[in-house]
Amino acid sequence: MNWIDTIIQGILLGGLYALFAAGLALVFGIMRLVNLAHGDLIVLAAFLILLLVSALGLNPFIATAAALPVMFVLGWAMQFLVLNRTLGNDILPPLLVTFGLSVVIQNGLLEGFSADSRRISAGALETASLQIGPISIGTMPLLTFLSAVGVIVALNLIFYRTSLGRAFRATSDDSATAGLMGIRAERIFATATGLAMMVVTIAALYLGTRANFDPTMGPARLIYAFEAVIIGGLGSFWGTLAGGIIIGVAQTVGATINPEWQILAGHIAFLLVLLVRPRGLFPRAVD
Amino acid sequence: MPILALDQVSKSFGALKVADQISFALEKGEALGVIGPNGAGKSTLFNLITGNIRVDAGTIRFDGEDVTRQPPMARCLAGVGRTFQIPQPFEQLTVFENLLVGGAFGSRKTEKDVGERCADILVETGLYPKANQLAGSLGLLQRKRLELARALATDPKILLLDEIAGGLTEGECQELVETIRNIHRRGVSIIWVEHVLHALNSVVSRLVVLHFGRVIGDGDTETIMASKDVREIYLGIDV
Repeated sequence: MNWIDTIIQGILLGGLYALFAAGLALVFGIMRLVNLAHGDLIVLAAFLILLLVSALGLNPFIATAAALPVMFVLGWAMQFLVLNRTLGNDILPPLLVTFGLSVVIQNGLLEGFSADSRRISAGALETASLQIGPISIGTMPLLTFLSAVGVIVALNLIFYRTSLGRAFRATSDDSATAGLMGIRAERIFATATGLAMMVVTIAALYLGTRANFDPTMGPARLIYAFEAVIIGGLGSFWGTLAGGIIIGVAQTVGATINPEWQILAGHIAFLLVLLVRPRGLFPRAVD
Repeated sequence: MPILALDQVSKSFGALKVADQISFALEKGEALGVIGPNGAGKSTLFNLITGNIRVDAGTIRFDGEDVTRQPPMARCLAGVGRTFQIPQPFEQLTVFENLLVGGAFGSRKTEKDVGERCADILVETGLYPKANQLAGSLGLLQRKRLELARALATDPKILLLDEIAGGLTEGECQELVETIRNIHRRGVSIIWVEHVLHALNSVVSRLVVLHFGRVIGDGDTETIMASKDVREIYLGIDV
């Protein structure tokens, strides 16, 4: 039963990684922009939730709901005022600018919150669990996973069922022609990043309640997110979930064999998938 | 008042003048053909009118308003629709979705409001049976039709057609001409760049001839087709 337990924990952990990755996949899929500050933005959102919880005494879930619109506006403005200027044929400017943002956010958080590691308290939920037969499943990890599925269902609905989603896909296909159809690409991009920041906020809630966090842990989250997106095949949201699960399971299995192997096992799984399927598990038909 | 008026419009790429003091006006409801040898600046002319390329000098007025400095998106909303010589559909979207995007964003309406009109356009352009296929899976004729359909979805006042009859068989060409004639009859102004002259001349009543970025002829179809310059430069016939 130990192994089944390990794998279930891994799948649930994969939900967290999928949440880290979904925002990255959204932004990359629409504007081919790799946001190197993505991990730091997750940590920033976690501090925002922490601030709302500690200053106003809010329940962390309500604090997250309050943080969602704030992060949407932040993402919208960041894209509209800064990142849109970097988009073009050259891939270097967006990398440099988002790397710069990453440094600025980390140091800004260090200045404001110090290097102490913090945690968002979820009260009794933290230790609550469901007993299914011989297996016990933590309520928070289960919520994390369900949230990831919910986020991915929602993103797919937006992408394939709404006018906004069609504009996303049209702009990603050919932004010049989209302009001729009356689409304002800059605003579509800004809305996409705003949405990605809402996903980031949800990810931040589970990051902050699961374990301690501090201002410098963003880049490592970026790497997990990146691996999940690439395993998934760049552009498929369900693929991103699959990618997150693969890394999550590899990590928990690795940790069971030897606790020192947890992180390494995740990266090895990533490399193995790339060896077998260089374009990821669910690549786009046309690229 | 003309729907479109170009005044002394010029554009150079380096030393190459692709538009050299081009001036002409198009009346509402008029259908104008643009002819000229390859490299004469015909597609560039369209890019200048849609705003994909900025003019170096001169002014472009659309429906009485100076649009010279406006971006393509604003001109689309004002009523400029175009098709590309090499069809550029949104390949990841279905045929119907291609129209919905043009319809909803090109006229600032909701998809619900434009859905029916988009379906009508699909019928008119013969694409209805393909409505739910990915645009990337279409063949050439259907891609050309989709170009036309998507431009129509934006509810244009003026339609810029870029060699839409090129590469089609005679029968396909006839059908397309019939569709274009119907669109024109509804009051949409048309500027049509085309090498297939019999198709062009069966719709338009006036021709503009471009050569090295300059307008070297502007007049009714018969006069232009009979003129010595045009026959020499464009048709390459010694007279």
